[in-house]
Amino acid sequence: MTFEPILRRTRAFLCLDCGKCTASCPVTRIDPTYSPRSTIERVLTGKPEELIHDEHLWACLTCGLCTTRCPSGVDYPAFVVAARIAARQASVEGAYAHNAVMQQLMAIMAAPVRQQRTAWLTSDLKTAAQGDDFYFVGCLPYFDVVFEELGIVSTRTAQAAVRLMNAIGITPVVSNDERCCGADALLNGDEETFRKLAEANVRLIQRSGARRVIFTCPEGYNAFRNDYPRVVGPLPFALVHLTELLADHLGELGLQEQRGTVTYHDPCRLGRYLHVYEAPRQAIRAVPGATLVEMQRNRQNSLCCGSTGWVNCGRCAKGIQTARLRQAQAAGATRLLTACPKCRIHLTCALKDSEGFDVALEDVVEFVERSLKRK
Amino acid sequence: MSFEPRIVVFACNWCSYAGADLAGVSRMQYPATTRVIRVMCSGRVTPGFILEAFRLGADGVLVTGCHPGDCHYMSGNQNAVVTVNKTARLLELLGLEKNRLRLEWVSAAEGAHFAHLMIEFTEQVRALGPSPLNNNSQPETQSLSCETTHDL
Repeated sequence: MTFEPILRRTRAFLCLDCGKCTASCPVTRIDPTYSPRSTIERVLTGKPEELIHDEHLWACLTCGLCTTRCPSGVDYPAFVVAARIAARQASVEGAYAHNAVMQQLMAIMAAPVRQQRTAWLTSDLKTAAQGDDFYFVGCLPYFDVVFEELGIVSTRTAQAAVRLMNAIGITPVVSNDERCCGADALLNGDEETFRKLAEANVRLIQRSGARRVIFTCPEGYNAFRNDYPRVVGPLPFALVHLTELLADHLGELGLQEQRGTVTYHDPCRLGRYLHVYEAPRQAIRAVPGATLVEMQRNRQNSLCCGSTGWVNCGRCAKGIQTARLRQAQAAGATRLLTACPKCRIHLTCALKDSEGFDVALEDVVEFVERSLKRK
Repeated sequence: MSFEPRIVVFACNWCSYAGADLAGVSRMQYPATTRVIRVMCSGRVTPGFILEAFRLGADGVLVTGCHPGDCHYMSGNQNAVVTVNKTARLLELLGLEKNRLRLEWVSAAEGAHFAHLMIEFTEQVRALGPSPLNNNSQPETQSLSCETTHDL
């Protein structure tokens, strides 16, 4: 049975069949035919290979909410990813969103291409070719093109990030050879592409002489922290999210006033996966005039943005996203801040499709940077 | 070893594929290294399609559709303009020359135009050299396929 090691590694053998996972699952709320509990049960009692051909295998968002509540500590997202790897080995893939453009981009970046991805670097931004700090931009330049019709310019987050780093005395390395972190390839079960991307990125960062990598995308941050060591061994540099880095320097930034009521959406990777809840909130509170209110679901109970791995976007995703927007509206916020470029894309997509929301979406990094005094 | 560019052509069912057909039945000569893929409309071609062709080793991709105003589905070819421009920008980010991708209008009556386009685009791509994603241009792959044939 190919599934035995997977069940053992993800503690799925310890499932008590209690159903807390299914009761927590945001997907089940919209699509009652999906159940994490019965997925595990069927694998434990029946033919696990059947799961490979079950379209529900691609329904899981790997948001990790079930795992935080599981009394047996079953790592359900890890179970799903392992099952997807097994599925892919059997040539089964999910239904990709955006006509698989992100999957193609990931696969091409895993090949020896020479990218031209740093056009967003304006002359006022101080960066270096070698140095102690490496800024891992992630797929932001690609998002600019792919999600143009949503009106999001993701590289503005990157510009804001470098400006903030410069303001606290950091001149980061930004590289043209950086590749996709591969997190989504892994979520699609594509271990080979993931490994190639991981190896290329780690080699690149080592060559830059960096001792610390700074992230603005939680997906990349989580991939480096939790998934990279499995394929490339222990990483020879430290990892930090920009908001964590800012937390110690908020006083020195001399932030200017920005009036308004804002709320913060915890991205699954930064929150439940990496337990960074307070740093982004501290950064928001440091902006004079801004009032931070909490949504009904926050921190470890936060609701997912509805789509991960650029796979299986549909009715479920839209339902979860509008539920999240309703929570932001109910909290009285006019601005919904998130620390993840993908959450921002997904929630903006839902915002465009629905009416009656008076909420604007923005990245925390951009929000804080706007308060920075212009020189 | 001379470089023969491998070109993937997306041709719409209503105009361009018929144009390619006309070139064929009229016995017009054009490079045999082009692969025509029929789609119902040039608007059906997505960035994912074009990038997949490049990922699999195409040296150039040509998207062909009905002339503006002639689209069987009214505005499909206008969508193709958006898609191809968007994909060209993705290619630039990936470090692939945007001249490897082209959008052209070919009507069902323009067999000669189709054949001429194939020759011209093949030369345009030949000047750029093999795509960095084209593994088949490496000699070792070539010899491997020879051995396989020999075994058979």
